Amino acid sequence: MNIVASLRSEITKLTSTRLWWVLAVIMVGYVALCAGGLAAILSGVGTQAGAPVLSDAQLPPLIYSFATSVGYVFPVLLGALAVTSEFRFQSLTPTFLATPRRGTVLAGKMTALVLAGAMFGVLALVASMGAGAAVLGAFGIDPQLGSPDTWAFVGRSILAMALWAAIGVGLGALVPSQIAAIVIVLAFTQFLEPLLRFGASITDWSAAIGKFLPGAASDALVGSSIFTLTSGGGTQLEWWQGALVLAAIAAVATAIGYFTSWRRDVS
Amino acid sequence: MPTGVPIEFAHVTKSFGAVDAVSDLSFTVEPGQVTGFLGPNGAGKTTSLRMLLGLVTPTSGTATFGGTTYGRLGSPLTTVGASLEAASFHPGRSARNHLAVYAQAAGLPSTAPDAALEKVGLGAYGARRVGGYSLGMRQRLGLAFALLGDPSVLVLDEPINGLDPEGIKWIRLLLRGMAAEGRTVLISSHLLSEVQQTVDDVIIISHGKLVHRGELSSLDVSDSKQVQVNADDRERLAEVIRSAGFEVANLRSGVLVENADAAAIGRLAFDAGIPLTALSQKRTGLEESFLTLVGEEGAL
Repeated sequence: MNIVASLRSEITKLTSTRLWWVLAVIMVGYVALCAGGLAAILSGVGTQAGAPVLSDAQLPPLIYSFATSVGYVFPVLLGALAVTSEFRFQSLTPTFLATPRRGTVLAGKMTALVLAGAMFGVLALVASMGAGAAVLGAFGIDPQLGSPDTWAFVGRSILAMALWAAIGVGLGALVPSQIAAIVIVLAFTQFLEPLLRFGASITDWSAAIGKFLPGAASDALVGSSIFTLTSGGGTQLEWWQGALVLAAIAAVATAIGYFTSWRRDVS
Repeated sequence: MPTGVPIEFAHVTKSFGAVDAVSDLSFTVEPGQVTGFLGPNGAGKTTSLRMLLGLVTPTSGTATFGGTTYGRLGSPLTTVGASLEAASFHPGRSARNHLAVYAQAAGLPSTAPDAALEKVGLGAYGARRVGGYSLGMRQRLGLAFALLGDPSVLVLDEPINGLDPEGIKWIRLLLRGMAAEGRTVLISSHLLSEVQQTVDDVIIISHGKLVHRGELSSLDVSDSKQVQVNADDRERLAEVIRSAGFEVANLRSGVLVENADAAAIGRLAFDAGIPLTALSQKRTGLEESFLTLVGEEGAL
């Protein structure tokens, strides 16, 4: 019962400030631009003689996966900011006064963010599939919207976005400083991890480790991505293994954050 | 009618490293009256209140509501209403949503936020973002949070700080009314003068230790031995009093005589034929006793 009350409260927290929809608007615009843009480029290349990089059948999932491959940073930010803003604005005081059991608060917040992450997943897919399918259709390529594979991909993408939001919660608990958390999210997702994944793909033994990087695990879960295309994509986890890797990262970060920052004195 | 439970501190100590912020603090706050929790800044008031509310873990000792720690209260917000500092808000959230967040967490009815806003006079500003609130409005919103669950115990940290004179009068009436209904009311302040018209009992701490506990009137040490006196010929007046064996100090507006009473000094001047322009027994007053209790730092 308490966890339900806490979940309701956390959902109200999320929806009563501007953050969620500002992030959602930027994400939808960014994903739609990437998906539509790449769909136009690849479709155009495909129609020219002598340069068929991809078959028409491979194209739609690749385009649609921009929802996660570029969109995943948004649920991470939402999750991290949901936690760090409590520290920044000292709102942990009224939060813990209303719900003295701090584990309940964190569980409620985690559940709310997983739901929000899934919703971000839906929005990102609407953007990537909407823009992507429109452009593909314009070039006369079958957008495969009726295919069961496409809808399985949709389900896995939503799961991935939900798990990314959970990782954000864990990161926020681990690094309560809002500025530090934002810098870590952006530096890691936009710079460090792409570099690491590229570096890891050079030798076999490093590729075996590299597939456990969160972004690689996410791509494995979703099943398709622009990154797996550029790095050969030979070594990948199974989709469910990718999900487990993301869930484990979220769980470990949250657990450590719970014991280090969440249970500390609030002053 | 909610009946207040006593607040009980029993040998509460909080150490930060080698420093004791609060040491061996024991006292009880009874329902049905307003109790002032006083001490200079840094005396440990806020740390004590945060321990009482389960936000800070005591190094040793317990702080309870009638024997139950805050974390074990079945329904915390309907038992205890608390407001700590003025700034625990997300500035981008409206006041009504701010309260709704915590009302939902505590399972209170959905009418609770608006009722609390009405009680503190913010009814018309509920939809406004808290970031645009003035200090006085934030204080009222903090109080609205405390009143959200119509609690039987109120714990308020510096509730008067930042209120305008009208607000001070208003909160005084509110707190007195709540105490009269049988609730327990504990308010902290670093200024005695700020709360002396509101409180019945005082608990004074300094350097994390209890230095005084009792009724407000117990602070009133009015057996002052100082007399302030003045005359047109101040030089001669001082000379006459000094030669009668008193210790005399010059003030800007007269002469201060130690260990004397006004009648004796008046008679001395009359006998010497000096017309007085002023004569009064100086009262030490509450503030003076308070400052003596808390030491030099209190003057800051």
